[in-house]
Amino acid sequence: MEGHLNLTLKIWRQKNANVAGKFETYQVSGISTDMSFLEMIDVLNNRLIEEGDDPIAFDHDCREGICGMCSMYINGRPHGPNRGVTTCQLHMRSFQDGETITVEPWRASAFPVIKDLVVNRSAFDRIIAAGGFVSVNTGNAQDANNLPIPKEDADDAFAAAACIGCGACVAACKNASAMLFTSAKISQLALLPQGKVEAAKRAEAMVAQMDEEGFGACSNTGACEAECPKGISLENIARMNREFFSATFSSK
Amino acid sequence: MTKLDAKIPEGSLAEKWTKYRSSVPLVNPANKRSLEIVIVGSGLAGASAAASLAELGYKVKVFCFQDSPRRAHSIAAQGGINAAKNYQNDGDSVFRLFYDTIKGGDYRAREANVHRLAEVSGNIIDQCVAQGVPFAREYGGLLSNRSFGGTQVQRTFYAAGQTGQQLLLGAYSALQRQVGMGNVELFARHEMLDVVMVDGKARGIIARDLVSGKLERHFGHAVLLCTGGYGNVFYLSTNAMGSNVTAAWKAHKKGAFFANPCYTQIHPTCIPVSGDHQSKLTLMSESLRNDGRIWVPKKQNDTRKAIDIPEEERDYYLERRYPAFGNLVPRDIASRAAKERCDAGYGVGASKMAVYLDFAAAIIRYGKGEANKRNLHNPSDEEIQAMGKEVVKEKYGNLFDMYKQITGENPYELPMRIYPAVHYTMGGLWVDYNLMTTIPGLYALGEANFSDHGANRLGASALMQGLADGYFVIPYTIGNYLASEIRTPAMSTDSEPFVAAEKEVRGQLEKLMNIKGTKPVDYFHKKLGLIMWNKCGMARNEKGLKEAIAEIQALQKEFWSNVRIPGELDNLNPELEKAARVADFLELGELMCIDALNRNESCGGHFREEFQTEDGEALRDDENFAYVAAWENKGDGKFELHKEELKYENIKIAQRSYK
Repeated sequence: MEGHLNLTLKIWRQKNANVAGKFETYQVSGISTDMSFLEMIDVLNNRLIEEGDDPIAFDHDCREGICGMCSMYINGRPHGPNRGVTTCQLHMRSFQDGETITVEPWRASAFPVIKDLVVNRSAFDRIIAAGGFVSVNTGNAQDANNLPIPKEDADDAFAAAACIGCGACVAACKNASAMLFTSAKISQLALLPQGKVEAAKRAEAMVAQMDEEGFGACSNTGACEAECPKGISLENIARMNREFFSATFSSK
Repeated sequence: MTKLDAKIPEGSLAEKWTKYRSSVPLVNPANKRSLEIVIVGSGLAGASAAASLAELGYKVKVFCFQDSPRRAHSIAAQGGINAAKNYQNDGDSVFRLFYDTIKGGDYRAREANVHRLAEVSGNIIDQCVAQGVPFAREYGGLLSNRSFGGTQVQRTFYAAGQTGQQLLLGAYSALQRQVGMGNVELFARHEMLDVVMVDGKARGIIARDLVSGKLERHFGHAVLLCTGGYGNVFYLSTNAMGSNVTAAWKAHKKGAFFANPCYTQIHPTCIPVSGDHQSKLTLMSESLRNDGRIWVPKKQNDTRKAIDIPEEERDYYLERRYPAFGNLVPRDIASRAAKERCDAGYGVGASKMAVYLDFAAAIIRYGKGEANKRNLHNPSDEEIQAMGKEVVKEKYGNLFDMYKQITGENPYELPMRIYPAVHYTMGGLWVDYNLMTTIPGLYALGEANFSDHGANRLGASALMQGLADGYFVIPYTIGNYLASEIRTPAMSTDSEPFVAAEKEVRGQLEKLMNIKGTKPVDYFHKKLGLIMWNKCGMARNEKGLKEAIAEIQALQKEFWSNVRIPGELDNLNPELEKAARVADFLELGELMCIDALNRNESCGGHFREEFQTEDGEALRDDENFAYVAAWENKGDGKFELHKEELKYENIKIAQRSYK
């Protein structure tokens, strides 16, 4: 399985949010096909440091596909060419020797660039703070098994809750819409009896925050679902719309 | 040597916590509003503490180095969370969870803390369900359980192989709710670089805004460190790339004792190292040992493919050595057993440093079960395989996908290759029953403290401890301290102690930037990791540890004269962040070796080759080492040992046996 690749990388470099960025071209050689994409960037960065250059800034942390921190736009696709994986789980065996690979940050006005490939995704935190929770204080809970939940509902809620908040859905969308992200949380909680109580209010508050952050509208293209590393389904957007419209019809 | 007072309440074990809660001083709601708490870290411990304390009315500030609190590495915990609910009616109880945890920790944990942990474990599940955490359920709608290592009951609650993610997102939601209400102020992309001390008490922190590079001063009547473990001292571990010891180490240098640093957990089932480029190791959840069978060939240096090795030529060595617990022995035992087989020449794969974790039998068992459920008589082998794989996929699908992504091999068809890797650190800041360190007003929660897991942590107990500390312990115990602080007004951060602390931090960062050497930070980190893995890893001995100490000291010198950090101080600079963390790891690594050298016994994750039984099991020395080793930093690489004697009044201390 082991092989080695020589690659040309065109990587977006941008010192900070206030200056224009541009692509820089780098050559890397002897890249093991067992490396992850981020490990390949590590190799390049350590070379840049030894040569006295500034390494490429990029977000990453767990490197096992769950923290949602890594965020590269690779050859025109969030998290690169493979379906259902984050950049940290993308391995170099997915590329060919001699290939040119283009790497950009997420592009969305609600995700301003901080440096190079690093963007600010705090808008997502504010959407959750607006309503992405069940209003229960610590210590108020009844026994967990007092509330049986049909397995199908629990499974559907789990599927929506698997969102890692990476922002690939926004990056993939031509409108930079955050509908998939927002709807996943609204769905998860609306599917469960614990969250049902404030489902309408939640949908209203989260959608309002989403709009305020400057995310675009949804035009049902489905790029978000196709590029989501966790397979979050478009059905969630339908569920969100249901909650949202029932909220707006019933309020005042 | 001072005597450490753990402040364990009087009374019988089962009544301590109840009595404590009823008698601990309270802070009235009006006073809570003027009391400020700084929380560093936003994982299970930090997020749950922040949400719960803000709900009570305290003014809370939360700091995390990631771009969002939801990224903390608790998110990556896979298998599950223990709780003594006894939903399965299989004999579980608070006492049994307590007993299993003490025994699993090889009799090196504090009884009172562990019992409290077992007592509140059930409340955690209730709380998480109320928040909307989608735990796995049975068709009847009730919660599902599975088994983890070191236990003979099914008490582990889970959400596929993503339990940590779901629990953290629950705590994060609760935290964000308080952020939205204005009760918590959030500082993402901020890293704590020192504790500010005023008149012997912790009164705040110095944090660096990682985007602007600016140093900031933050006051708090109390400071909570919920900053996780230090496994990244080994460079390669299952920790996230950013996981670090810096917050805890800075606190240690300001006077907080560091306890049992040599107790590190090497997790038996991780994807093996594939090459020098490797930046981290990936865990394959312990839950896989419910169904996976671990084996190596009976013949040394067997180069046949796994599927070509007939059943009778396979050595299921855990089932052979430990028939009572089989593949579900505790982690330290499973790891050492794998190392023993590989060192003896029975390893598999290209590197020969791996063993098989095989699901073939489970797939057939589940497939036959499904056939029964569906009333299929005489199903074909293909049908059994297909149905069995469906069941396995539902239980462990995300883990199998991850394995395939990383290795390029399909674990539904071939057995996984696994090998032990650094995973968790039982050691950490010494805390008393209140979770307070030896610095008044400074607390440590979750993996950052040492208190509950002794010398070896059982699977699915880390999530339990992080959430217990944050949701159900600190909200009570912090009142014990803050009740006497209601007359302390918030301090100006322009006061001398804050100014001086910031100046010290700035000096340290400038010193790093000015080295302008030739080697990147990773060079030093990898070297340190290799020393630690080879000489303070799964097996240790006096000679190796002494060598390691000398090698680390030399590496410290080399680092401080030859590290190259590009970029600027006042800009986003990941290399500077890494350098500051590695500088602390270099000091911690030395202390770990000193601690391992001091502990002339084997216990749990600390295996000294000189101290083992005839059949290779850890040999404790209860007469001389039934104590917590709490180290005081005396500066200039000097450490003084303090002991907290461990008393077992409710459990008969015995040699741990899983046979």
